[in-house]
Amino acid sequence: MSFENIFRQYSWNDVKQAIYAKTARDVEMALASKHRSLDDFMALISPAAIPYLEQMALMSQQLTQQRFGKIIQLYVPLYLSNECQNICTYCGFSYDNPIRRKTLSGREIMEEIMAIRQMGYEHVLLVTGEANQTVGMDYFKKVFPLIRQHFAQISMEVQPMDTEDYAALIPLGLHTVLVYQETYHEEDYRKHHPKGKKSKFSYRLETPDRLGAAGIHKIGLGVLIGLEDWRTDSFFTALHLDYLQRTYWQTKYSISFPRLRPFSGGLTPKVEMKDRELVQLICAYRLFNEDIDLSLSTRESEKFRDHLVQLGITTMSAGSKTNPGGYAVDTQSLEQFEISDERAPGEIAAMIRRQGYEPVWKDWDVFQRAGL
Amino acid sequence: MEPLIIAGRTFQSRLFTGTGKFGSGVQMEKALLASGTELVTVALKRIDTANAGKDDMLGHLRYTHMHLLPNTSGVRTAKEAVYAAQLAREALETNWIKLEIHPDPKYLLPDPVETLEATIALVKLGFVVLPYIHADPVICKRLEEAGAAAVMPLGSPIGSNKGLRTLDFLEIIIAQSNVPVIVDAGIGAPSHAAQAMELGAAAVLVNTAIAVARNPVRMADAFRMAVIAGREGYEAGLGIVSSGHASASSPLLSFLDE
Ligand code: SF4
Repeated sequence: MSFENIFRQYSWNDVKQAIYAKTARDVEMALASKHRSLDDFMALISPAAIPYLEQMALMSQQLTQQRFGKIIQLYVPLYLSNECQNICTYCGFSYDNPIRRKTLSGREIMEEIMAIRQMGYEHVLLVTGEANQTVGMDYFKKVFPLIRQHFAQISMEVQPMDTEDYAALIPLGLHTVLVYQETYHEEDYRKHHPKGKKSKFSYRLETPDRLGAAGIHKIGLGVLIGLEDWRTDSFFTALHLDYLQRTYWQTKYSISFPRLRPFSGGLTPKVEMKDRELVQLICAYRLFNEDIDLSLSTRESEKFRDHLVQLGITTMSAGSKTNPGGYAVDTQSLEQFEISDERAPGEIAAMIRRQGYEPVWKDWDVFQRAGL
Repeated sequence: MEPLIIAGRTFQSRLFTGTGKFGSGVQMEKALLASGTELVTVALKRIDTANAGKDDMLGHLRYTHMHLLPNTSGVRTAKEAVYAAQLAREALETNWIKLEIHPDPKYLLPDPVETLEATIALVKLGFVVLPYIHADPVICKRLEEAGAAAVMPLGSPIGSNKGLRTLDFLEIIIAQSNVPVIVDAGIGAPSHAAQAMELGAAAVLVNTAIAVARNPVRMADAFRMAVIAGREGYEAGLGIVSSGHASASSPLLSFLDE
């Protein structure tokens, strides 16, 4: 049984109603519970939980330290291409956005790698749009060995692929795949993805199943916050996570919280998520699941990120550029979205240390590679 | 109480029982009726497999609401287990099998390697396999993937009556399982059974504690009630246990107001 079967048993409106109907008592029950259920998660993300935020933050801090210690893992995105055949209403790389398109060549990738290595990184996240002709499996098969030589850990955030493709990339060094559903609201999903392969809601929904079947080490989930009611969307993410953990139990999981950011010609978010609410969501995930990685990108502000180090986050990016060639090759090309925290990796590492935490650059090695 | 479904079969009772150690067949029969059980495990090695129709013990178990669950107790390898299961299928006309492989005659601890191998083989042969296994979360997931219809982790050494000594691991197993978790072995008192049910176990299997009680019939009834109470407690949602967490005084979130 794949996730779609489970997903179809739920109605968006019923879930939304159930979340907004949660009471203080439900929140107290959830906080006191030993093994928190999806129903408890609903209570923790509900408006009723807001008065309990301080307590949630403290519990989240303690659980995170108990499970992970005082560490923050660091990674950086490497944008390989901004070519994209999809239209996504919220993205700077959208097909209908008249920007100069670029896919890095082998030589250009090397230049980027060198710039990134100098910043100290061992963990790189490869990002592309969706252009299967130019940036498809042939391209990945060529660039992976190149990148593999210089980094201990490779993650990827690209178009959803088939099980065989993932299985072929794992021995080449693929460790983690991030695939955000953007929104679990099917109707709105269609509105925001009117054209291209990405318009197929179900194919995207089942991507984590294909990753699990391929035996990937780690899967990253999330929604794009701003497209729809974040509480309802987050419940579906948690439902997805719960299903995946039971089914692909040898796989690790992470959650990210991208809030819609401005880009040229962009969409105004339908729903605004306040800082307080993002804190609530992060703590709720931690209370629901002690073991998942929670990741915060440079979309967030300096001050916010500094405080979140202690509240449940385990992974951060720093010094990110969101354009292909942004580190060395073509620093002025158009970004996918604006970043907010522009500090250099060294400054971020120092900030983490000041809080009594250890920045971790490397947490993986070649001997752990599947298929060896 | 929600009914329990295993491999398409519905059970109203979540108390599974055994047939060993009773003083007499008549006493066993009375106790099992008092327990309300609908699934009774029998050791294949005890049954006259050639003349199952005339077997003395089976004669006391001819009730339509009670399903027989033959077990492979006494086998030491996967190969022997598969053979025993096939014998049981023929003699008792059921494809359900409680898989027990314990090479060690003293503590009767299950062999995880042979159990996994036998589960894979038996599922291929069309059996509904319920493996008895150590409370090891990883082996339980492996058995589930191999197609086991449920997993039966032990609460403490078999026959010990010590209760849920493997509590921490049972919690993990229940939290991550996609198949029913039936706590087997070690349950010595009704309160142990209730505790397992409160944890979220799908059922418990109790034999020694009923069979060797001074009054097995009353003990069976006590277990019947304990299992219902534990399950009802679980389904109703257990109340607040003081978390010991301080609240509201820490300054973690003051930055949000700045
Ligand atoms: S979000 Fe991804 S698929 Fe959509 S336009 Fe941007 S790069 Fe292309």
